[in-house]
Amino acid sequence: MSASNTVPRAAPTAPAPRAPAAAPGPRRPRLTRRARGDAASVVFGVLVLAVLLFPLYWMVNTALQPGAAMADLRWFPRTLDLGNFRRAWESQAGNLLTSVVVALGAVAVCLAVAAPAAYALARFRLRGADTVVFATLITQMVPGIVVANALYNAYVELGLVNSYLGLILADASLGIPFAIVLLRAFMVSIPEEVLEAATLDGGGRLRVLVSVVLPMSRNALITSGLFAFLFAWSDFLFALTLNTTDAVKPVTLGIYEYIGAHVGDWGAVMAVAALSSVPAAVLLVVAQRYVAAGISGGSIK
Amino acid sequence: MTTAATAPRRPGDLAKWLFVAPAALYMLLFFGYPLVRNVVMSFQDYTFATYFTGEAPFNGLENWRAVLANELFGASLWHTLLFTVGSLAGQFGIGMALAVFFHRRFPLSGLMRSLLLLPWLIPMVVAGTVWRRILDQETGVLNEALQALRVTSAAVPWLSSPDVALLSVVLVNIWIGIPFNMVILYGGLQEIPAELREAAVLDGAGPLRNFFSVTLPLLRPVVTVVLVLGFMSTVKILDLILALTNGGPAHSTETLGTLTYQLSFLQLDFGQGAVVGNVLILVSMVFAVVYLRANRGGVAR
Repeated sequence: MSASNTVPRAAPTAPAPRAPAAAPGPRRPRLTRRARGDAASVVFGVLVLAVLLFPLYWMVNTALQPGAAMADLRWFPRTLDLGNFRRAWESQAGNLLTSVVVALGAVAVCLAVAAPAAYALARFRLRGADTVVFATLITQMVPGIVVANALYNAYVELGLVNSYLGLILADASLGIPFAIVLLRAFMVSIPEEVLEAATLDGGGRLRVLVSVVLPMSRNALITSGLFAFLFAWSDFLFALTLNTTDAVKPVTLGIYEYIGAHVGDWGAVMAVAALSSVPAAVLLVVAQRYVAAGISGGSIK
Repeated sequence: MTTAATAPRRPGDLAKWLFVAPAALYMLLFFGYPLVRNVVMSFQDYTFATYFTGEAPFNGLENWRAVLANELFGASLWHTLLFTVGSLAGQFGIGMALAVFFHRRFPLSGLMRSLLLLPWLIPMVVAGTVWRRILDQETGVLNEALQALRVTSAAVPWLSSPDVALLSVVLVNIWIGIPFNMVILYGGLQEIPAELREAAVLDGAGPLRNFFSVTLPLLRPVVTVVLVLGFMSTVKILDLILALTNGGPAHSTETLGTLTYQLSFLQLDFGQGAVVGNVLILVSMVFAVVYLRANRGGVAR
């Protein structure tokens, strides 16, 4: 975990010390060969990117071109036409807002539940802690539809169907195991002396957690929070199964209904799709290194 | 702090467990309870009346018999296995190739790796929607391109023919899963000491030989974790299939996940849905055993 955490940051500096060490012989030809290799790699990399990201380009391209006639869609938009986005916004703004509210709620619940648990599992030497960590890993095995199957019936009995609270609680469950594993891995590495000093200053366990451990774990908290947001934002299954009316409708559900009802208006559908991808894109720009660290840190502890 | 805390005083232990309690409760409610309830539900008779009377009488093996007699069940099981194995093979193969490619750093490689994460970060429903547009038989850009390049003479019915639809769904899921495989395998490659490969080169090993007899064996724990995590998340995929094909055409992309959804939430027979859900869990469990074995090796590291 800690190694993968440093990888993206180390990226720009790593080749520098390496190059001279790897060039014991005649200097110049080696360098040019390396430069040529780099150029070939860049070209190949751009090709890979072009192929794999083409669908996303096509989404944006379709969304930016006017007209319902898909037959004469161009490969590049000539002018920026925001008509599709306007129509998409008119029908989905409410759903986008619902998604934001639900996802933020899920992040709050997720971190509030996961952080203390991760701290205890990392530092308290509890008998049975391994079992809890193990159970956390095992939850990844439970299919969402199985959860939804039982949860729907429980929600009917509890009156939580078609409620924000119900969906927030369900969506938070998507991020909690991940957050526990990630936060615990980080909190294990906090130096013992720091915690001892805080305890000697008269802090109770909760106090130490809030005023020392959490601030120190800022990066891990950001990472797990971002992922909890993304998991909840992307959730479709719980939105589909735990809601029977339009009272709580996140944008993923909005799109699904939109494809059914507006197959003719692909421009607007693609505009909604593009708007729903914004959090993922923002995440990559704002928190690039956390994302890569999160993916590898959460799965291989 | 921990030295003082390890003294096995019961009250202190209780206070420490309070930190874990919310998370443990959460996981019991949102993962444990659904597992148990699904088993119970599979022996109960759910009908429309259940929602008025709140009563679902036990009916023995009735649901199991009905599901096993349903010819869609066998087909769904088969589709699920094809979908999972096909997706994993593609994701892993391409993910590994890209991980190896990016392992040799070059200008912009960090940025490129980050951008490649996008397909994995956007909501699956969005990915499904975009691909549904691209794969459209008449107006989709893929057929347009293939025909312009003379690769195919007639338009391929990607999602509209029962013979091709499952393959198309697999291809889209490969696209979604490549980033995850790439990132984790890349992380694994970074941790292999460069000296080992350099030594092999000095011994006269070519790049292929080097990969198969030095890199791959050292990467084995990571490979196992990637494949098993991939299996567990792929076998239960539902969003993507609902957005792309809704299980059609002619049930050719029906999987255990979509069948559960259909039985429970469209036919409102939660008992039969629970049966299929249980089978889905059973399939996952077989692979969880593999995961645990692999993970034991991973933890020892």
